[in-house]
Amino acid sequence: MPDLARVSSPPVSEPVVIELRGVRAGYDGRTVIDNVDLTVRRGEFVALVGANGAGKSTLLKVIVGLLRPYEGSVSVLGSAPGTSARRLAYLPQAETVHWDYPLRVEDVVLMGRVAHAGPGRGPSSVDRDAARSALGRVQADDLMQRPIQALSGGQRQRILLARTLASDPELLLLDEPATGVDPATEEQLMSLLGDLASHGRTVLVSTHDLASVMAHFPRVLAMNGGIVADGDASILRDDAILRRTYGGHRPGAPQHIADEHHA
Amino acid sequence: MPDLLEPLQYAFVQRALLAAVLVALVCASVGVFVVLRGLAFLGDAIAHAAFPGVVIAFLVKINIVIGGSIAAVASALAIGAVARRSGLKEDTAIGVVFSGMFAIGIVLFSSIRTYTGDLLGILFGDVLGVSADQLMVAAITAAVVLVALWIIWRQLVFVSFDPIGAAAAGLSTVRYDTLLLGLIGLAIAVSVQIVGVVLVVAMLVTPAATARLLAQDLRALVVGALLVAVLSSVAGIWLSYYINAASGGTIVLVATTLFGLVWTGRTIARSRVAAA
Repeated sequence: MPDLARVSSPPVSEPVVIELRGVRAGYDGRTVIDNVDLTVRRGEFVALVGANGAGKSTLLKVIVGLLRPYEGSVSVLGSAPGTSARRLAYLPQAETVHWDYPLRVEDVVLMGRVAHAGPGRGPSSVDRDAARSALGRVQADDLMQRPIQALSGGQRQRILLARTLASDPELLLLDEPATGVDPATEEQLMSLLGDLASHGRTVLVSTHDLASVMAHFPRVLAMNGGIVADGDASILRDDAILRRTYGGHRPGAPQHIADEHHA
Repeated sequence: MPDLLEPLQYAFVQRALLAAVLVALVCASVGVFVVLRGLAFLGDAIAHAAFPGVVIAFLVKINIVIGGSIAAVASALAIGAVARRSGLKEDTAIGVVFSGMFAIGIVLFSSIRTYTGDLLGILFGDVLGVSADQLMVAAITAAVVLVALWIIWRQLVFVSFDPIGAAAAGLSTVRYDTLLLGLIGLAIAVSVQIVGVVLVVAMLVTPAATARLLAQDLRALVVGALLVAVLSSVAGIWLSYYINAASGGTIVLVATTLFGLVWTGRTIARSRVAAA
C-alpha cells in the first residue's frame, strides 16, 4: 500500500482532468507500473520524479493513450485516453525525434497544428500566428527559419515545447523537457509551464532535476514501479520516501541543491 | 539543334518521353519519403515483388501496369502486416515476402520461354516499347499517387519525423504508414515498364538522395528531387536512343552521375570553406 500520508489537496472546485484507478501497465507483458491511482484536477502543475525505469514515461503514455493498460480504468478530459487528442499535447523524449530531417523550425512548430487542420489543408494564417506566438513564448522567435539540424539540445527542447504550445492544449504532458537544457533555459521553461498552469492549463512534467521540482512544482509524484508518494515538494526531503523512490541510487541531498537554486 | 530534336519526330519516342517524365515526377515525390525514412530496401523488394503481377498480366493479356500495381501494393501491405504481427524485424519480413513473390515470377517466366524477348523488357526496362494504352494507365496512376500525396503530405511528414508525437496528436501512424506503402507500390508499378524491375529502386532513391545532399528544407528536397529525376529521364532516353542501349540503364546511369557530381561538388565546397 503506497504511503499517501502527505497528499496535498487539489483544488476540489476544479473539474477532474485525469483519473486513474488501479492501473497496471508496461510493455510486452512486462509490468512497469502497478496499482496506480491518480486524480489530477484542472490547473494543477505536477512533477513526476523517479529513477530511469521507474515508470514516469509509462504513466505519461497511458494518459496520452499511446499505451493501453493491462488493468484498471483511465479517464482523460472526461473520456477514454486517445479520444481527445486535439485537447492535449505530448512532448516525447527528444531522442525519439528525427533531428536530421531537412526541416525548418517553423515546420516543426506548425506540426502542432496538423491535427486541427485535417488532411489536404496547408497551414492557415491562424496556424502561422499560433506557431509564431508559441516560438515567442519559448524565446525562440529568432530561430523560426533555422534548419533543425543546426540546433543545440536546449534549442531542440524549446522548439518541441513551442510545438506543444502551438496546439493550445488544455492538458500538457511533457517527458523530460529539461534534458540537455542549460539551467537558465530550464528555469525559463519551468516558469512558463507554471504560468500556463496558473492560467487553467493542466501540466504534468517528468524530470530528474529535484532542485527545479522544489522550486517550481506545488505537487510531486514520486515513482518507483508505481506511485510511491504523492504530495507537495516537501516529500523530497523525506528520507523514507526518497529511499523507496530511488532505492540505493539516491541523488545527492536535494535540500542543498534547492537552497543553492533559490540563492 | 536539329540533331537533338530528330528523335522527337517518332511517336514512340514522344510516348517514351512522356512516360519517363511521369515516372520521374511520381518516383521523386514518393522517393522523398523513401529516403527520409530509410526505405530503400523496401522499395527494391516491392519492385521485385511486382514481377509476378507483370508476368501474369502479360500472360492473360491485360495492362501490365495493372498487374504490377496489384502485386506491388499487395506485397507492400503484406510486408507491413507481417512486420507488425509476426514480431519479426521489418527487413526480415521484407526478405521473406519479396523473395517469395519474385520466385513466383521466376517460375512463371521460365515456363513461358517463347515470350522471353518481351518479358526481358520488364526486367530491364523498355521505355521505347510503351504503347498508348500503357501510357494512359500510367498517367492515371501517376495522377492518383500525386494527388494522394498532396492531400496527406503534412500528416506524412509529421508521422515520419516524430511518430510518437504524431500518434499523441491523434494521427494514426499505422494508417499513414500503410498509405505510404501503397503509394510506393503504385509508384513502382508505373515505373516498371520504363526502368525495369531491377533498377526501379534507383528512381525512388537516387533523385531524392541527390537533393538531400544539399537541401536545407523540404521544399528544396522535393524540388531538387523532381529536377534530378526529370533531367535524368529525359537525358537518359535521348542517350539510349543514340547509343541504342536499354532505357532503364541509361536513365539510372544519368541519375547516378548527377549524384556523384553533386556529392563531389559539395565535398570540394566544404573543404574550401574548412580551409578558408
